[in-house]
Amino acid sequence: MLNFIQGLGHSGLTFFQRLGRANILFGQILAGVPGILLRWPLIIQQLYYVGVLSVLIILVSGFFVGMVLGLQGYNILVDFGAEETLGVMVSLSLVRELGPVVAALLFAGRAGSALTAEIGLMKATEQLSAMEMMAIDPIRRVLTPRFLAGFISMPLLAAIFSAVGIMGGDFVGVGLLGVDEGAYWSQMQASVDLYDDILNGVIKSIVFGVVVTWIAVFEGYDAIPTSEGVSRATTRTVVHSSLAILGLDFILTAIMF
Amino acid sequence: MMNTRKTEILVGLFIAAGLVALFMLAMKVSNLNIYSDDSGYEITASFENVSGLKVKSPVEMAGVRIGRVSDISFDGERFEAIVKIRIESKYNTLPKDTSASIYTAGLLGEKYVGLEPGGDEENLQDKDKLKLTQSSLVLEKLISRFVDSFIDKDKK
Repeated sequence: MLNFIQGLGHSGLTFFQRLGRANILFGQILAGVPGILLRWPLIIQQLYYVGVLSVLIILVSGFFVGMVLGLQGYNILVDFGAEETLGVMVSLSLVRELGPVVAALLFAGRAGSALTAEIGLMKATEQLSAMEMMAIDPIRRVLTPRFLAGFISMPLLAAIFSAVGIMGGDFVGVGLLGVDEGAYWSQMQASVDLYDDILNGVIKSIVFGVVVTWIAVFEGYDAIPTSEGVSRATTRTVVHSSLAILGLDFILTAIMF
Repeated sequence: MMNTRKTEILVGLFIAAGLVALFMLAMKVSNLNIYSDDSGYEITASFENVSGLKVKSPVEMAGVRIGRVSDISFDGERFEAIVKIRIESKYNTLPKDTSASIYTAGLLGEKYVGLEPGGDEENLQDKDKLKLTQSSLVLEKLISRFVDSFIDKDKK
């Protein structure tokens, strides 16, 4: 019994220690932002790894999610004779929810895990310590550009996801199932609001971008410097960021809509 | 290590694609092109019942959208709804005795304000008030009236 309580206390303490370390790291990363803004090449390089390499998976899954939405939405709406509102359904679900959330989940799997593995291995092979020996702050040199790259890429990726998804819905709904093209777009334009829907979607994706890259960078930096530790940290990144995305999405939706 | 120039070009393309996607969402998907809040002039109309009408509902004349509902409030003295309507500035030749009614697009569709022109020589100005209005049609009232008429018939 005492052992159990001790175990509970231990895991509670480790949890709060990690949370505290994560917050301190977040502060240190933010403190490095002004300095790194003067060194664009570092950010551009990370934008390539974090953003450009994620575009393909975002394009493909966005298009397929849009097509599935078009198909499912059509099958339901046609029962009510309301298939003209297909555009509204596809665009609102993409812009408000699926765009930011699914793009962030894919981003966590594609880019977040890679960030953690890279930083964890840097730590395991003592590259971070080597930097410190050369009086280079590894947080500012390694973590801040990666964090900024995630922060910039995520809203762009989510916007690409939504835009491609709406085209996918158009392809299935208008192209294959015969919904009127004018109705698809005009009903969409009449119901989607720039501020309430699109801007809130962008805000969501910015929040997700910050959280996912924060978790990824922290897990890598905090990983136990062994191959097992790095692999565990990578798994944790994907699991924790997915849970954080879904939980935050509920909270943000409750606040926004 | 990859060629810096190629990396930069690809990153540039990525950012451009993201911005184009955002731009497309703003222009093609949302109502930005119609949504011009500050332009135009505002008129008010009071209705007995505006059930179902929302802020930003369309305002149409002859089936063409010429403006939007900008505000709905309640008049505590006369127990009426006051609807503020913003009409685009290019439609500035509406006669002063224009009347407003609340219609439903389709049987269960969204509510909109329909304007019908009168024959007055003068034109509507900013802050003018429409005198002739017709309320929104409440389906429940209509059904109950319909059912009542059946009950009355049975009694006779």
